[in-house]
This record gives sequence, C-alpha cells and structure tokens, in this order.
Amino acid sequence: MARKSTTRRVVVSTIGAWFFGFLIFFPILWMVLASFKTELEAFAIPPSFLFFHWTTENYATVQERSDYVLHAMNSIIIAGGSTLIALLIAIPAAWSMAFSPTKRTKDILLWMLSTKMMPPVGVLVPIYLIYKSFGLLDSRIGLVFILCLGNLPIVIWMLFTYFKEIPRDILEAARMDGATIGRELVYVLTPMAIPGLASTLLLNLILAWNEAFWTLNLSTSNAAPLTTFIASYSSPEGLFWAKLSAASTLAIAPILVLGWFSQKQLVRGLTFGAVK
Amino acid sequence: MATRQTQFLARSLLSPAVGLLFIWMIVPLALTLYFSTLHYSLLDPGSEEFVGLENFRYFLTDPAFLASLQNTLVLVGSVLALTILLGIPLALLLDQPVVGRNFVRLMVIAPFFVMPTVSALVWKNLLMHPVSGLFAWLAKLVGLTPIDWFNDVPLFSVILIVAWQWLPFATLILLTALQSLDEEQKEAAEMDGASAVSTFIYITLPHLARPITVVILIETIFLLTVFAEIFVTTGGGPGLQTTNIAFLIYSQALIQFDVGSASAGGLVAVVIANIVAFFLVRIVGRNLEA
Repeated sequence: MARKSTTRRVVVSTIGAWFFGFLIFFPILWMVLASFKTELEAFAIPPSFLFFHWTTENYATVQERSDYVLHAMNSIIIAGGSTLIALLIAIPAAWSMAFSPTKRTKDILLWMLSTKMMPPVGVLVPIYLIYKSFGLLDSRIGLVFILCLGNLPIVIWMLFTYFKEIPRDILEAARMDGATIGRELVYVLTPMAIPGLASTLLLNLILAWNEAFWTLNLSTSNAAPLTTFIASYSSPEGLFWAKLSAASTLAIAPILVLGWFSQKQLVRGLTFGAVK
Repeated sequence: MATRQTQFLARSLLSPAVGLLFIWMIVPLALTLYFSTLHYSLLDPGSEEFVGLENFRYFLTDPAFLASLQNTLVLVGSVLALTILLGIPLALLLDQPVVGRNFVRLMVIAPFFVMPTVSALVWKNLLMHPVSGLFAWLAKLVGLTPIDWFNDVPLFSVILIVAWQWLPFATLILLTALQSLDEEQKEAAEMDGASAVSTFIYITLPHLARPITVVILIETIFLLTVFAEIFVTTGGGPGLQTTNIAFLIYSQALIQFDVGSASAGGLVAVVIANIVAFFLVRIVGRNLEA
C-alpha cells in the first residue's frame, strides 16, 4: 500500500518537475535554436521548432562584423582580473578575521557587508566624473578596478565563512610543532582552504561576468565586455534575431557551465552564509 | 609576545581591505553629497554654485520622482511576490523524489546565470515581439489577440523578465533550506495522522520563514537597482512608465547631464537602500553569533 502510493508520487512529481523545469529553461533553449536558424526563419510565423535549415553562419557573421573576440577578451580580462585582485586583497583579510578575531571583527564584517548594500546608482555621478577626468572611461583597467571593489565584500565574506570551518585545533597543533605563521599558511591552511577558494573564485567570476550596471555606464566600445556588446543589439529593431541569439549563446555558454558547477556555493555566497 | 606579534600581523593583513573599502565607500559618497548642494550641469561648465537643498527640493517634487518611486515599489513588490509564491511550490516539487532531479535542477537554475542584457533582449524580441514573437503566435493559436507587450503593459513586461531571472535564486535557496529539514519530524507528523496540508503549515512553513526573509531582503537590494533590463528594452518609456529610481538618476546624470539633481537623487536611493540593509545586516549578524 505504502509502496504503491510512493510509486505514484514519484511519477506525478517527476512529470511536474520536468514540465516546470522545461518551461523555465525554455527561453534559453529557444534562443539557442534561433542562433542556428537563418534570419528569415528566426522571424518566421509560425515558428519552426526543430525542422528548419540548421546553419552556423550566424556565428561566423557575428565574429566578422562585430569583432566578437575582442569583447569576449574584454569580458575575460575584466571578470578574471577583478576576481583575482579581489582574492589577493581578501585572502589575508579573511584569514586574519577568521583566525585572530578581535572584539571588533563582527562589526568590521557587518560594515563590509553594508558597503555592498550601497546602490551603485548612488555613486554613479562622482565615479563617472572621476573616471572622465582620469581618462578611465571605456578602459579595461577602470572596469577591473570598480568590479573588484564592488565584489570585495562578497569575496571576504565567503572566504571568512569557509576559513571559519577549518578546525582551529589543527593550527594549534602546527604551532605546537613549531611552525611559523608562514609555514602554517603554506602547509596547513592552504590545502584545507582550496575548496573554499575555488568556489569563491567561481561565484565571483560569474557575478563579474554578468555585471551590467558599471559595464553599461562606463564602457562604450574598446573596453566593452559582452554585456555592453549585447546591449548594442537593442537599438536596430530589425531582422537580427539569429545574430543576436548567436552572440548571446556564446556570451552565456561559459558562465552557464561554471554556474552549474557552483550551484551549492552560490546559495552560500549570495546569502552571506545565512543559508547553507 | 607572540600574541602581540600575531595581533600586529593580523591587523596589517586586514588593513588593505578595510582601507580600500573605506575609501570606496566614503569618497564617492562625500562627492555625491557635495555635488548635491551645487547647481552643476555638465552642459554649462564653470557655472557651479552652492544652492543648498535646492536640488533635493527639485528632485523630490519632480513628478518624475513620484512616478519612478511608484514604479520601483511595484517592480520590487511584484517580483518578490512572483518569485516567492512560485518559488515555494517549485522548491517543494523539487524536494520530492523526482527521477533525474539533478538535471531538472540545472534547467531551473539556468536563468540566473544569463547576463541581464541577454535575457532582456531575448524576451523582448524572440518571445514578446507583438508580431513575430512566440507569445504572439501562441495567442493566435488559441484565438486571442496578441499583446503588444512593451506598449500595452510595459512595466509588467519588465516585471516578467526580472521575475524569470530571480525565480531560480528563490527556488534554489528555499530548496536548500527544505533539504536541511529533518525528515523524521515530517514522518512523525504523518504517523500521527497529520494531513499533507497541516504538515506544510505547521512544520515546513515555519522552517522556511528564515530563508524566505533572506530571499526577500537580498532580492530587494538587487531589485531596487534594476537597470540593464530597462536600459535595453524600454529606455524608461513609454513616457515614464518603466522608469525606476535607478533609471531616473541615470538619465538625469548621463542624458540630461544635470549632476546636481542626479546627486540628490543618488542620496535618496542610498537612504532607501539603507533602510533595507539595516534589517538584512541584523539578520545576518544574528546568524554570526550561532
């Protein structure tokens, strides 16, 4: 009796879950399909779902006409650079707060969190004017800098929650054995911290890759990452759906893969450790 | 001695991060505050003069401010309602024994990783186009008149796109919380003859209260500053129908080049965000004790 109802439950919930999962994923699938159509087919009514003339010409055109590789490189440099610099600044800070906490550590952490709450639009004007006067508008270094600062609180928080979980007894044992702080860092802490470091790196790559306030406002062409490049498809409303889809598919593919690998850490990182 | 050395080291490891964040927070904010008291237009350089609170008076009494404040509240409120009301049943469904659950979860989480400019443009063109979009075709299929989404219901269209992006976030967090719910507790309730509904109301829902609060607060912080989705679809229009506070400040700063009132608006946005942040910091802080 119990077994029978369980089987029914599995069938019903499986059908339901697959249906809603597919529904939510559908816009992405539809975009990928459109990227393999000709412009006419992408625009056609009634739409064809699978039986169209499959072509990869859009992918070639996107590169030829718009220098796709340049914008992809910009995205890689800006997302990668800002994440790496943020890690370099955050690792020592998080390490020190996790292993030598003081009375003020909690306040410092919460204060760092509160800087993340500041709406970027609140400081758009001064940042824009500062960038303008230092010639940083539409420069990769300018975007690296601002995204690094923007994500620094999240990086510190994530690392802190991971470092916190490293058992302190191990450190004390190492200290007893006469390990210096440097050795402790290299031989004890680092190996245990690598999983946390890796997930922090992944989550911040994703956040920086998809950041679309500063990139849209501070870059136009030379330093434009993929977010800004894709936005340029918004102006000519015409028969460019297949090319828009091809460019979009290329822009989201790498981050979709990274994102799928880091789902668990995503929850933890984005809730500042409040939900694990 | 060793402790003092350690403390010194700890402090010097911490100070670069603290210093940078302090500068990052204080310098632009101080400049915003300063600009907000000036008559300062980039179109009219050299004419800067102190005007006191004039910009605030202008910004707060501008009809565009009230309209965009209302749009901001509607946008945030609707997206919160949609993502949580759909996220709870979806998370409950994914918590069931589902064949191929990992794959379904991948499909559900995917929209969150799509950059905002891509999701907005794909929805606007491929799905919501009044003639050639998929929705128009579906509407005609069942004999309805296709909706001209961005002209007839512009704000609702933006809400749909943003809700699609954030539904995975709410679902994933609620699902994570559900999976940490003690299975034995539910089984015990079932043994005692509790119906599925009362198990949900008395056991599951209280357990979800905290994650729901976290979802509300974090989404609110991001939703208050929705920008790219509006930038690439409607540009705030038609009229002011999809202009939120963030977009209003952007257009005053970088389209009308009115630095003074854009700065005043920026400070208003900071105040609104701080009210939300206050509650979030308290909740996260409480968690830090545990």
